[in-house]
Amino acid sequence: MTEATTEALVEVVDLGISFGETRAVDGLSFSLAPGAALGVVGESGSGKSASAYALLGLHRSTGAVVDGTVRVAGTDVQRASDAELRRLRGGVAAMVFQDPLSSLDPYYAIGDQIAEVYRVHRGGSKRAARARAVEVLDRVGIPDAARKARSRPHEFSGGMRQRALIAMALACEPKLLIADEPTTALDVTVQAQILDLLHGLRQETGMGLLLVTHDVGVAAESVDDVLVMRQGRAVERGPVRDVLGAPKAAYTKELLSAVPRLDAAKPAASDAGEPLLEARDLRKVFGRGKSSFTAVDGVSLTVRRGETLGVVGESGSGKTTLGRMLVGLLDTTSGTIRRDGTAVQMVFQDPVASLNPRRSIGESVADPLRASGVRDEQRIRARVGELLERVGLDPDRYDRYPHEFSGGQRQRVGIARALAAEPQLIVCDEPVSALDVTTQAHVTELLAELQRELGLGLVFIAHDLAVVRQVSDRVAVMRRGRIVEEGAVDEVYGSPKDPYTRQLLAAVPTVDPVLAAVRRAARKELREQLREQAGAAGRDEVAAA
Amino acid sequence: MTGFLLRRLGGAVFVLLALSVVVYLVFYAAPGNVAQIVCGERCSPAQVAQVHDRLQLGDPIYVQYWHFLQGLFAGRDFSSGVGVVHCDAPCLGLSYRQDSPVTDILVNKLPVTGSLVIGAFVLWILLGVGTGLLSAWKRGGAIERTLTGLTLIGFSTPVFVIGLVLIIVFCSTLGWLPFPQYTPFSDNPEQWFWGLLLPWISLALIESAKYARLVRSSMLETLAEDHVRTFRAYGLTERAIVGKHALRGAVAPVIALSALDAGSMFGGAVLTESLFGIQGIGKLLVDSVRQVDLPVVVGVVMTTGFFVVLANAVADALYAMADRRVVLQ
Repeated sequence: MTEATTEALVEVVDLGISFGETRAVDGLSFSLAPGAALGVVGESGSGKSASAYALLGLHRSTGAVVDGTVRVAGTDVQRASDAELRRLRGGVAAMVFQDPLSSLDPYYAIGDQIAEVYRVHRGGSKRAARARAVEVLDRVGIPDAARKARSRPHEFSGGMRQRALIAMALACEPKLLIADEPTTALDVTVQAQILDLLHGLRQETGMGLLLVTHDVGVAAESVDDVLVMRQGRAVERGPVRDVLGAPKAAYTKELLSAVPRLDAAKPAASDAGEPLLEARDLRKVFGRGKSSFTAVDGVSLTVRRGETLGVVGESGSGKTTLGRMLVGLLDTTSGTIRRDGTAVQMVFQDPVASLNPRRSIGESVADPLRASGVRDEQRIRARVGELLERVGLDPDRYDRYPHEFSGGQRQRVGIARALAAEPQLIVCDEPVSALDVTTQAHVTELLAELQRELGLGLVFIAHDLAVVRQVSDRVAVMRRGRIVEEGAVDEVYGSPKDPYTRQLLAAVPTVDPVLAAVRRAARKELREQLREQAGAAGRDEVAAA
Repeated sequence: MTGFLLRRLGGAVFVLLALSVVVYLVFYAAPGNVAQIVCGERCSPAQVAQVHDRLQLGDPIYVQYWHFLQGLFAGRDFSSGVGVVHCDAPCLGLSYRQDSPVTDILVNKLPVTGSLVIGAFVLWILLGVGTGLLSAWKRGGAIERTLTGLTLIGFSTPVFVIGLVLIIVFCSTLGWLPFPQYTPFSDNPEQWFWGLLLPWISLALIESAKYARLVRSSMLETLAEDHVRTFRAYGLTERAIVGKHALRGAVAPVIALSALDAGSMFGGAVLTESLFGIQGIGKLLVDSVRQVDLPVVVGVVMTTGFFVVLANAVADALYAMADRRVVLQ
């Protein structure tokens, strides 16, 4: 028996994964003791997800070549028969995926999907399996689980879906939970709830956790050990406090220094000049009648020359709609925008989707020039070359196509295109949220540089509070179409007045694991207080009735 | 749901009205003497004049069309020299050649074409979806290549080749099946079945090829989706994944396409009916065109339009039932 207890839950030795010519993972070894939690941290393309998939043998018959050994709870994943592998998947080790909407079957009720997985491993009647589904849904905090089990995935919110996926993972009481970017698609307050849930479940069930994430803060909140990956190899591994507190590898240091922090403020703007844009009481209503939806509800703001206004909020808060109205891409339902001849341009979130894949990047940058009536081809080429150089790209790559560029480079193209029209004000809508942290830092630096040189006014729209803090002079916090708090960035972050701002700030993961534990406890206390208050209110109502 | 049905009905009526205008204009406002065409080359001027009166061709075109609409919704009377012939609603006109209301002719032919289409439909869906699933499941192997080859052959072979080969093999050479003919279901269900089996098979072989390719590609698309990966990661067998979760997503386009196909085929499977000598709407269309029996041609076109519109509405409703995310409005 001693052997069984000391045997590692996961034992990976010299794992290599190749997709055709690409070596995605190379010589990766790690182990995980029963009940332990390991975070695998890396930027996109580091091979972290591919490694996690290998634990369940998910590369089998996909064309990927896997070598090395992978043992999970005594099963040799590489050599296991298909039937053995199926027993392992979901029964012993269960996976939680990134995008909870697409990861559930849209056609079936959530409870039935969980019940199906349960019956595959445990058998029994459909009735018993449904009961188990309701039980686990209740366990992950789905209110009114018996009724909600009959809902389809699209009827759930993002956070509820992720809870449902976790419930599916719990259905067969696995020994290992593999979570692949479980909170990446979620708002920051929901992310905090999910991470707390995972933490609580781990304490309660004693299962091991392998958490794959690009977000160092998420790892700091959730795991004991951390493994930093880069280009398919392990760069550093150790207890989370050591690796994040005193990193040894140069790459880990670089990664950590690139992570935007809530306490790192932008150097104060030299001189906020005259107002470039004034918006008064903006409203935007989509649809009409009963199905109408007010996306922006009475927002006023001013942006001055040389300053950055950060607009922060969760999904659905109306920040993108606001940005589009400021640029003039959307009509306002009511309210006024005074631009006083200010040329306004926009930089979009997704540099892949916002560049035409069939046109060279030079042509895309030249678009605003042509639109403004420049016809002289030589002048256009020269000006585009200048712009590309200005954003840190090689002007000789004028004729290259978007797919030949990395995500960060594509965003630079997007910025060059915005600059082509010589704007005084640029509205950036989530300009760095699709990028890795090290790339994020470079792009925000570029924006700051351009601002200093050209005296640009910037509106920086983002969901990431830390990024907004880093780049903004003033910040507006949006919720449900309204600005709940606005002010100098130090004031809003230092002494937030609105409870929603406080809640947002409390939910931001910190890269300091000690602080993370303290804050988790504080969040738990806050939740209990709220529950008690709600309970007391309920009793009062009953008493009054 | 009720609101959806009402709006859909309104839309259908509009489409059919538009269709009737176009058809009417094409056939009756075309240059040339309609009465002469209808009556035939060898008609005497007196006969032509009689046809002219009978079809009320002397009225302006919009009055004629108005009469046509009246006939559709309320029925109408035709004077026939000797007396008055009444044509009940929905009246699609009077066939001069067959001396009978077009509606009656169509109603007689409908069970024939209906038998052919429904039987073939069941077969081609089973065959097409089955083949498509199998080739998606066994992708990359010899089975898939064989199936792809077969569907390509089925796709590109005309029905009169397949049909003739089937008749020669099974009826003439082997003698296993009777020569195809239509027996009404109510007369003798067994004869009805055996007599229609070959037409069903030849029609289904050709149609199913299209469905096999459609199902295969939409199946492969669904198999690449995230939720399929989820169930794979939770130990479901490949059979459960393909047969349950992926299939549900892959049949959606099948619903849409099969409704269109079945609907338009109710207006006559022209080649199949002609080849097997089945006296359905398709055969009627061919004969009427040959005899320049304009009212019948107009009637067949309108009937086809009616079934296509109906089938589309059914498809939309099925679609919404299959996928709860679809909101009918």
